[in-house]
Amino acid sequence: MRLQNNKNLNQTKKIGFTFDGKKYYGFEGDTLASALLSNGVHLFGRSFKYHRPRGIISAGCEEPNGIVQLEINEFTEPNRRATEVVLYEGLVAKSQNRWPNLNYDLGAINDLLSPFFPAGFYYKTFMWPPKFWKSYEYFIRRAAGLGHAPKKDDPHKYEHYHYHCDTLVIGGGVSGLYAAKIAAAKNLKVLLVEQEDQLGGAILSSNDHENKINANSQTEWKNTILDELNNLENVKIITSTTLFAYMHYNYLLAIQDLQPNKGNDKKNSIRQIVWKIRAKKVILATGSIERPLTFNNNDRPGIMLANSASKYLNGYGVNLGKKIVIFTNNDSAYQTAIDFHHQKIDITAVVDVRNNIEGDLPKIVKKLGIKIYSGSIISNTTGRRKIKTAHIKKINNNNVEVINCDLLCMSGGWSPTVHLFTQSRGKLKFRDEDSCFVPDQAYQKTISIGACNGTFDLKNILKETYTSVNDFLNEEDNILDGELYDAEKINIGKQENAWIVNKENISKSKMFVDFQNDVTAKDIKTALSEGFRSIEHVKRYTTNGMATDQGKTSNVNALGIISELTGQDISHLGTTTFRLPYTPVTFGAMAGRFVKEFFDVERKTPMHSWHVDNNALFEDVGQWKRSWYYPKNNESMDDAVNREVKATRDSLGILDASTLGKIDLKGRDVGEFLNRIYTNAWSKLAVGKCRYGIMLGDDGMVIDDGVTTRLGEHHYLMTTTTGNAASVMSKLEDWLQTEWPDLEVYLTSVTEQFGTISLNGPNSRKIVELLFPDQDFSSVSFPHMSFKNLEIDKVSCRVMRISFTGEICYEINIPASYALSLWNKCIQLGKDFNITPYGTEAMHVLRAEKGYIIVGQETDGSVTPVDLDMNWIVSKKKYDFIGKRALVRSDTVKEDRKQLVGILTVDPSIVLEEGSQLVEVETSLPMPMVGHITSSYYSPNLGRSIALALVKSGTKKKGVKLIVPTLNKSVEVEITNPVFIDPQNERLLA
Amino acid sequence: MLLINCPYCGEREQEEFTCGGEAHIERPKNPPDLSDDQWADYLFLRQNIKGLQYERWNHSFGCRQWFNVARNTATDEILAVYKIGEKPPQLESNEPLTPSGEPRIGSGNFSTSKE
Repeated sequence: MRLQNNKNLNQTKKIGFTFDGKKYYGFEGDTLASALLSNGVHLFGRSFKYHRPRGIISAGCEEPNGIVQLEINEFTEPNRRATEVVLYEGLVAKSQNRWPNLNYDLGAINDLLSPFFPAGFYYKTFMWPPKFWKSYEYFIRRAAGLGHAPKKDDPHKYEHYHYHCDTLVIGGGVSGLYAAKIAAAKNLKVLLVEQEDQLGGAILSSNDHENKINANSQTEWKNTILDELNNLENVKIITSTTLFAYMHYNYLLAIQDLQPNKGNDKKNSIRQIVWKIRAKKVILATGSIERPLTFNNNDRPGIMLANSASKYLNGYGVNLGKKIVIFTNNDSAYQTAIDFHHQKIDITAVVDVRNNIEGDLPKIVKKLGIKIYSGSIISNTTGRRKIKTAHIKKINNNNVEVINCDLLCMSGGWSPTVHLFTQSRGKLKFRDEDSCFVPDQAYQKTISIGACNGTFDLKNILKETYTSVNDFLNEEDNILDGELYDAEKINIGKQENAWIVNKENISKSKMFVDFQNDVTAKDIKTALSEGFRSIEHVKRYTTNGMATDQGKTSNVNALGIISELTGQDISHLGTTTFRLPYTPVTFGAMAGRFVKEFFDVERKTPMHSWHVDNNALFEDVGQWKRSWYYPKNNESMDDAVNREVKATRDSLGILDASTLGKIDLKGRDVGEFLNRIYTNAWSKLAVGKCRYGIMLGDDGMVIDDGVTTRLGEHHYLMTTTTGNAASVMSKLEDWLQTEWPDLEVYLTSVTEQFGTISLNGPNSRKIVELLFPDQDFSSVSFPHMSFKNLEIDKVSCRVMRISFTGEICYEINIPASYALSLWNKCIQLGKDFNITPYGTEAMHVLRAEKGYIIVGQETDGSVTPVDLDMNWIVSKKKYDFIGKRALVRSDTVKEDRKQLVGILTVDPSIVLEEGSQLVEVETSLPMPMVGHITSSYYSPNLGRSIALALVKSGTKKKGVKLIVPTLNKSVEVEITNPVFIDPQNERLLA
Repeated sequence: MLLINCPYCGEREQEEFTCGGEAHIERPKNPPDLSDDQWADYLFLRQNIKGLQYERWNHSFGCRQWFNVARNTATDEILAVYKIGEKPPQLESNEPLTPSGEPRIGSGNFSTSKE
């Protein structure tokens, strides 16, 4: 039975759900926590370390105990706070951290053993012997579980939104709604973000009898303001949205929970949205969080924060108990007593640590005839699965009065929610009178108003919001927008610190500070006695504040306890860092749409469909999908690659080379530019000629290579390696813009504008003669390293005679949309010559047979062109080029640098592993290494294995024998020339 | 995330930009005349200032133009943005003051005080 006059429920709509396999009912508007509490379920889970029975202590995101495993199978989600889950039909939840079930949990033995589990227990116990940690860890993690992750892919979708606004208001309570109204009146674009599914903040937990605003109840006031805001086009309000990060330049992240489980279409709905907000100004109205009191056995189910009890009572009509005791050190908990009175539920007693109780609220409570124990504490409680008794005693007096109770409401004061303020790099100050950190100096364009600014009473909140929001938002004028609201003045009595309720008993008691990580006051004392002083160290040693609730209810209490035990001022202790995210954020939300095929871009060549149709396997090169090899009739990879390599050397191979980077260079000074960025000379390159170039960094190391063709007087086409196209383009732009703005050179990336077909082999000329019947392809009129602009079916294409195989080769660059048709034509015409498509693997073998390097394989960022035995390409005449100076540094001229050589195994059948180390003699470990294998293949044309390697002083060591130690045996090898086929270039130039 | 005012495009998110390190390091005009140490100085040595630093930034996912940014590396405050070739503006910034070298406000290492 629910109490009447609740604010949040729609009691006409009943909702069924299951908890731990049992069916319950709640109403629309309920949270999982309120629905379970109203069904009399107070036991929600077992604690992390001692497996103690735990119940709900709060009604919001600060909840440390009420965490559940929500839903099942692929929809399951661990560690959801029951206080935040809005109830929907068919909801399934399970308690966590118990075995075999919640009522009888074997792990609870830990509670009896707790004297043996002090702070740092795991560090102290399981450190030796170190290699055993792995086996310990398995059992520890199992025992201290926090729910389980789903085993299947998450079927939900997640979205990222970008939003820009003038004013972002965080928090939809009294001050937040009021601030939004003022900002809206200034005609600003306003975004209001509220973490709960309903607006109102503290209004939701208040009764409507008192604390009126301008003679209206708070609910009426809220509804009037909402009516106004909802009709404004410049105001957007999003609920169920938690702002979890406040970063530079008012960039903030919020996560909106759309709770698709509510509908039937679970699979295709968007579950959460991450809002990426850039705001000109930010108004923090994030409220405050009530603190528990630290007394013996303060963690039993049925012990709850006072204001949260009010919320369950006023908001959800939950009948929490019949024998209610309130334990407090401040006035605010008296409001809870008044709230219960309005619902005609009597309070058994209010226990107040203060002797002088003078505020207006306690006076009302006194008048109601409720017994107040002043200068008293609760020294202990009993009740295993729910609180049964509270032990009340006067401070400084050992007489204990045991009273029965089934609900204990506690209040240890309030902590303003300053998390976002400190994330924004604002500075805090500590306020002694009510022991809380409040915002001091802001760093960004932000203000804090209301409870998060340490302003707790309604009258002052309204006044502060009116003046400071107007002041904050006004740029030039001083117009006060929004009407001024007022509330009754309430005198608040002084709060008294009670960080540890009875200090003498600390070592013998269970006074929980961090409920989620099971950290007690004793643990903090232990940490201090073991020499930990800094709050950051105490936190990590005890794990206080390190659970998924990030210490929202425990951090300030821990500071207070340290302060009390060490006699240090809290303001000197400082706080631990309030890190983002404010509340846990799912991985799915962070990933958004960038999963599976959208994780990274896939680039495909114009001929991709042909490769797929012809059984190609693909290799990722950068973002490109390149054909790796084309197996025929269940061929093995080795067989396929050997066939492709052999066919290319013997007759004709065809390669899709479209992925090579292509940069179009135009302008008066391109020749000079090429002179500066390549090691060789470019001034004399004639129109229609191609030249190979090596590009260095200014440290002298090879960064890229490729062929550049002079298409016209002031027009060149540069090719780069597939993987480096973008970085080379960027680097060239960098030089042009920042070092040589005087050069007239325009760079355009044209990689994707052209498809490139590379025809290789002795019969390649026959194909191009068929493709372009009017042209003379003889080596006299179209020699190696030259270019012609030709037409095929009225489509202009650029044909280069260049080669990466050592065979006669024509590369045809054709506008991308025609590339597939030309490819098909080549295949058709090549049938008589056994035209064989080959992939990247055969390409590697072919070039290695010829001793051609691949940047990134033979080079690793520490290799100069001299190391590659390519002195011929390094100009001696040029005064300067990028990398030239570094080539004469003392280190780069050393004779024992690693240099490129060929390697032949003495046993021709052994193909070495790439990356193998080379040694001169085998010694005991560690062996001095003289080099490593960079490329290694079986060469079908030579009928043996070949390899390239970088070896110390290698160029001078041709003929020397080395050893490659491998796992099972040592392989004898010989250093050779790196060119294995056609060293005289007779095939190439034929 | 920073909000960077590209001199060609206006204010854009940091994710559109790439930082190119310290600015105003000119490539020497006479490399062959330099000693190994001088060359290494140009190539490798950077000031890595805690405080006001002049940096190169590239609007790599925008106009692709390079420009300079004056940024306080301790607070991430951007004090000026100017084009390549322009002289660095004379600026004063919230320099590190505390013993640990952090500025009092804005560094993230916030301190607390008593009211």
